[in-house]
Amino acid sequence: MGIRFGEEGKVMLATCTMKRVLLLPVLIVLVACGGGSPVGGSTPGAGLGTIKIGALEPLSGSTASSGQDTLHGIEVATEVLNGKLSVPGLPGLSDGKIQLLTEDTQGNPQTATAAVDRLVQTEKVAALIGAFQSSVTLVAAQRADRLGIPWVNGASSSPALTRQGFKYFFRTGPSDLTFAKSFYDFLKSISKQHPVKRVVVIHENDAFGNDGAAAVTQLSSQYGVEVADNIVYQLNSTDLTSQVQKIRAANPDAVFTFAYINDAVLMSKTMAQLGYTPPAILAFGSGWSDPTFIPTMGKLADAAMTRAAWSISYTEKNQAAKVVADYFVRKYGLPMTENSARSFTAMMTLGQAIANARSTDPEKIREALAAIKITRTIMPWPGVKFDSSGQNVEAQGVIAQIQNGKYEVVYPASAATASVIWPMPSLTGR
Amino acid sequence: MPLQDIAQALISGLLIGAVYALVAVGLTLIFGVMDVVNFAHGNLLMAGMYAAFFAWLGLHLDPLASLPLVAIAVALLAGVAYQLCIRPVLKGPPLAQIIVTFGLLVLTTGLAQVLFTANTRGVTNPLVGPVRLSVAQVVIGGPQLVTAAGALLCTAAVYAFLRYTEVGAAILAVAEDPDAARLMGIDPDRVNLLTWLIAGASVGVAGGLLMNFYTVNPTAGTDFGLVAFVAVAMAGFGSIGGAVVAGLAMGCVQTLTGLVGPQYGFAAIFVLYLVVVLVRPRGLYGTR
Repeated sequence: MGIRFGEEGKVMLATCTMKRVLLLPVLIVLVACGGGSPVGGSTPGAGLGTIKIGALEPLSGSTASSGQDTLHGIEVATEVLNGKLSVPGLPGLSDGKIQLLTEDTQGNPQTATAAVDRLVQTEKVAALIGAFQSSVTLVAAQRADRLGIPWVNGASSSPALTRQGFKYFFRTGPSDLTFAKSFYDFLKSISKQHPVKRVVVIHENDAFGNDGAAAVTQLSSQYGVEVADNIVYQLNSTDLTSQVQKIRAANPDAVFTFAYINDAVLMSKTMAQLGYTPPAILAFGSGWSDPTFIPTMGKLADAAMTRAAWSISYTEKNQAAKVVADYFVRKYGLPMTENSARSFTAMMTLGQAIANARSTDPEKIREALAAIKITRTIMPWPGVKFDSSGQNVEAQGVIAQIQNGKYEVVYPASAATASVIWPMPSLTGR
Repeated sequence: MPLQDIAQALISGLLIGAVYALVAVGLTLIFGVMDVVNFAHGNLLMAGMYAAFFAWLGLHLDPLASLPLVAIAVALLAGVAYQLCIRPVLKGPPLAQIIVTFGLLVLTTGLAQVLFTANTRGVTNPLVGPVRLSVAQVVIGGPQLVTAAGALLCTAAVYAFLRYTEVGAAILAVAEDPDAARLMGIDPDRVNLLTWLIAGASVGVAGGLLMNFYTVNPTAGTDFGLVAFVAVAMAGFGSIGGAVVAGLAMGCVQTLTGLVGPQYGFAAIFVLYLVVVLVRPRGLYGTR
């Protein structure tokens, strides 16, 4: 009897545990959703009323820190549009309130596409924004395009995105072709003191890395630079020794990198360990502009350069940028980055288009986006104006260098806050 | 190709392979003793990495100094996981065990993100960070060397414990035949718990050591977990010596292939695995 009783008890315990195990993920999902989507204070009866916008970002997975940072930019822009934060020169909506519906792409194109379907068909959003990783944006925006919903993107940089013939896709930020041009213009400007004849490209094996590397290669011949090697690796590598060895073997004058945060950290540490310091690291953002890069790397981060659409030091030159960036760090405890600044600008552009369209009809918003002309932003470029492919022709890149743990703009001269350190001081022994 | 490049790749491969081996040891031990494939194993590694990170951040302990603490913490976590989630389904069908350990993987990844945020974190200046050995242009980084040496020592300790202690013999006895072991007065349930504690401690050591040069985020365990699975499957489930050989071999294959085409390093591991299981379906050292 005793044994029987005991065993029954065991089964009960097991069921309880199982229930707990099954319930917890549900709770977590609920908590995560609750944190991600602020409830829009709708004003019933007033003109446009509640305007639903779907935001897709990688909020879990290995690029989640960058995804969350990007989402924060969208959230702050929503507060500006809804009149909760007033920024000089950036008006809010005079009519209607934006309600942001957040979806986690998990960095996965299929998940993102399913999220697009849900947001469009169930939630009836007026427009979409996101999705950070170019490879995810590419697939998800394709679905949105077929459904006829406008998509405004700030932070994906693959040149391929505006070559698909999408009708509803608009990118406010620069593409990697624009960024590569900025890099080469920068290299040309310093060519007297520091001539760069050979470069190596090391990149991740996805749309961001492959298309970006192609953009660099495409421009290099125009600028008379030889691409000595083109090195590929997989996301979240456990070891990058052979990659760094290959860079060293090519002996370049500068190294272009396309890497997300984990690999960016591992790559820099591996270089330091192998005792190899390239004359310059020219990063296409991402890992090198992730908010956790400098805190994690400490002194090893210094003197690396990254293309940026924005830099915290630019707030010295733009009052609106300063107000937004100050509010951002107060709210999230992390400084605004070029990723959040780009997504902020994408959301502000979308808000302006909705105001111009005076409608939540996707078709009208698309027309307003195509015709938009914005001259005041928080970015170091003239404004927003789209060409027929949906690319903002005003977008430009700046070159930032990490100096004493801070991003300083070193090019162009008009936005520069510091002069460049070249060549890179030895990584080993810092 | 210069000889020193090949030597460098080989050394780097052995160094990372030692870590793969230690992660694989815990996994193979759990399978060997109770036939449970622990899909959440990579997340025990992740827990060890976080434990070492927070010991550094909060207590200012170097990853090497906090290693015993980290090992104990992860061992306890593994023990709790066993008591709460694994033990109740041990008598159930294998599918139930797979679902529970897989569920644990998803749950703990989610929990880590809620508790620790998705940010990638790393120890900024580990004690062994600046150490470098250089022999004939082949460089061995201090962090990698310490990590690999620690991993091999810990693996050897687990092996010696099983081989030369009475408790170890009890574990091996349960692995061999739980019913016969019970007849000999060994309580398989306690042995199972002990196995989880040992597996947790060893993977915790791996996680703590990795923080000397690697970064952690809520999905950090997934890639190492996957490699550990391949090591265990390639070696033959349950073989500790085999897991070590497989782990080291995988590290070398990854870095040597990387010399030719860096993008194929990880793929080469899986090709090696496929070749092994095609030629010898039960794995290199498998007996069943």
